[in-house]
Amino acid sequence: MMATALTNPAGSRPVLVITPPAGWIRLGLPELWSYRELIFFLAMREIKVRYKQTAVGVLWAVIQPLFTMLIFSLFFGRLGKMPSDGIPYPLFSLAALIPWTFFSTGLTAASNSLVGNANLITKVYFPRLAIPISTVLSGLVDFAIGLLLLFVFMLSRGFYPGFRLIWFPAFLLLSLLTALGVGLWLSALNVEYRDVRYAVPFLVQFWLFATPIAYSANMLSEPWRTIYSLNPMVGVVEGFRWSVLGRGNPPGPALLASTVTALLVLLSGLFYFRRMEASFADVV
Amino acid sequence: MSTSAIRVDSLGKRYRIGQHRARYKTLRDKIGDVFARRKRAADPPPHNSEQFFWAVKDVSFSIAQGEVVGVVGRNGAGKSTLLKLLSRITAPTEGRIEICGRIGSLLEVGTGFHPELSGRENIFMSGAILGMTNAEIARKFDAIVDFAEVEKFVDTPVKHYSSGMYLRLAFAVAAHLEPEILIVDEVLAVGDAMFQKKCLGKMDEVSKQGRTVLFVSHNMVAVENLCTRGLILDQGRLAFDGSAREAIDLYLTPKEHVQVRDLRAARRAGTGEIRIHRYELISSTDKLIRAGEGFTVRCYFEVHKRVTRPHFSISIFSRSGLILFSVFTSDLGYHIPELSSNGYIDLEIRNPNLLAGTYPLHLGVSDEATNHWYDRVYEGPELEIEPSDVYGTGRQKAASYSFLFYRCSWSLQISSPVESLAQADC
Repeated sequence: MMATALTNPAGSRPVLVITPPAGWIRLGLPELWSYRELIFFLAMREIKVRYKQTAVGVLWAVIQPLFTMLIFSLFFGRLGKMPSDGIPYPLFSLAALIPWTFFSTGLTAASNSLVGNANLITKVYFPRLAIPISTVLSGLVDFAIGLLLLFVFMLSRGFYPGFRLIWFPAFLLLSLLTALGVGLWLSALNVEYRDVRYAVPFLVQFWLFATPIAYSANMLSEPWRTIYSLNPMVGVVEGFRWSVLGRGNPPGPALLASTVTALLVLLSGLFYFRRMEASFADVV
Repeated sequence: MSTSAIRVDSLGKRYRIGQHRARYKTLRDKIGDVFARRKRAADPPPHNSEQFFWAVKDVSFSIAQGEVVGVVGRNGAGKSTLLKLLSRITAPTEGRIEICGRIGSLLEVGTGFHPELSGRENIFMSGAILGMTNAEIARKFDAIVDFAEVEKFVDTPVKHYSSGMYLRLAFAVAAHLEPEILIVDEVLAVGDAMFQKKCLGKMDEVSKQGRTVLFVSHNMVAVENLCTRGLILDQGRLAFDGSAREAIDLYLTPKEHVQVRDLRAARRAGTGEIRIHRYELISSTDKLIRAGEGFTVRCYFEVHKRVTRPHFSISIFSRSGLILFSVFTSDLGYHIPELSSNGYIDLEIRNPNLLAGTYPLHLGVSDEATNHWYDRVYEGPELEIEPSDVYGTGRQKAASYSFLFYRCSWSLQISSPVESLAQADC
């Protein structure tokens, strides 16, 4: 839908013009910015509702990465004897699982966000982008709790975060943008094709093994290593380990590859989402 | 015209038939489509034109600032679609809308409410969704709680609210939205009489403040009391634009006394040996069907395969899904030995005691012995009954508390004065 705010020639009042969708799609980011309070409220709603009527509540934010770490440590660390770049294996995998969990839950929740909020979409107007964005943002609380868990774990193993820690928000941002980019594609597709809901768990599982969480990226030799780094989560996980644990591979050209892919996915996701937006209310 | 708040120019919205009813597309279907299309690439595009329908077509009007306009029309006339277009929920297929001023639309009560959240949290949530800023909501918070009369329960999750409290709170949030243009859909159709009165009062207040209001309702009394101007939509087109009084008169005076609906696109179940493809509601009085007056339901069917001993059924439902009335042909001792060609069947209801309202109908045909359904149309057909003075008091009564009325009378008998009551009053 094209909606243009013009200034009325007569004077002060803004005129909103609504015409059928046509031509080049605009991202509508200034309008989105004016709805930032709504994004905040939607994210708060997600957070508040998430652990209502659960027995252990917010502990789930800890349980998920913790148990995955235990399983990985047992099977890949103990039994599989995976090299872990000189970091104790449990810490090695946990430092990757914290940003990964943020990414995978954000991606999954964003994919279902439009369908889950169908009652809003069909009853009131606001930029639809607010829905997947707020969904991804709502994962930040779980992430913060996971981060605390990681720090506790690190201290108990004698690891102290160094000055590189100031870089970790950059990697958090990269994983947020990746989750959002993919989430935008999938949420818009999910409105029309409900297959997406069933495909997402596969995608996440596949992606988990395409990311150096259970193993080290150093196991790959060079021509493959660069291709591998096109996966934005490679840059996120490696960078996160490097900045928080103070060891592991320093960010290099691989991070650049990850960032470029992430931005491409995000930008294309934004355009695809905006193009499909006009028909959401009719189809959802 | 510099004072117009809304200007609509040859607006149209086209839907694919069954788009929002049919099951969701799956990628498998899409892939299937690609192959199917390739296979018959040489053929002309198949019957595309009949798969679309215009929910709104060629609608043009202009509303001046401060006007309160009622939109009336039968179900499916395009009222809701028009409001959705104006509130930017869905995009028009053609035409143009110009809106001058901040717009607030209220298409349902409780948009954005979450049952797990407290009243307080929901006020902020719903307010934000309806377009209020945080500061604005905080400023009006007390007024909203006051209006809704929920002071004691502000921090209780709304899932524990009674439905009345829930509605009051939801409406209170919306009522304190202060847009220059307010779009309201049927909100008043819910809630008890007290609540409706309160809502109408608030709407009246809003309109007296010189704001522009566009109001869709089946409640003719409300339209007449609130609105200065009325629009009638009929099959997606603007059929009338004039004073509210005239619009209501015109709306209630039928052009024809038969309501006909095609059911080919309706939602149905059954194995399809017989298909009910059309029904008519025929008033016994050459007018719209009014409460207390007889009518006939005529179902046209097509026989695709000969069947023996079918029996037809017609059920009248309440909007909330309660079966008010249901009758099979066999119930009346009417047996059909077999059906092998098309035709229609009439059910004449001579003295219905349904109050005015819209009642969903289920039409069906099944095997008399096994009750196996050949066809069952359960979404689409509706019986509309217009209000009338059923109790002979000079007032109209619609189905708000009850659906039924009976010919009845009250009589009061007093045996002796009760002294204790009289004392208690002092």
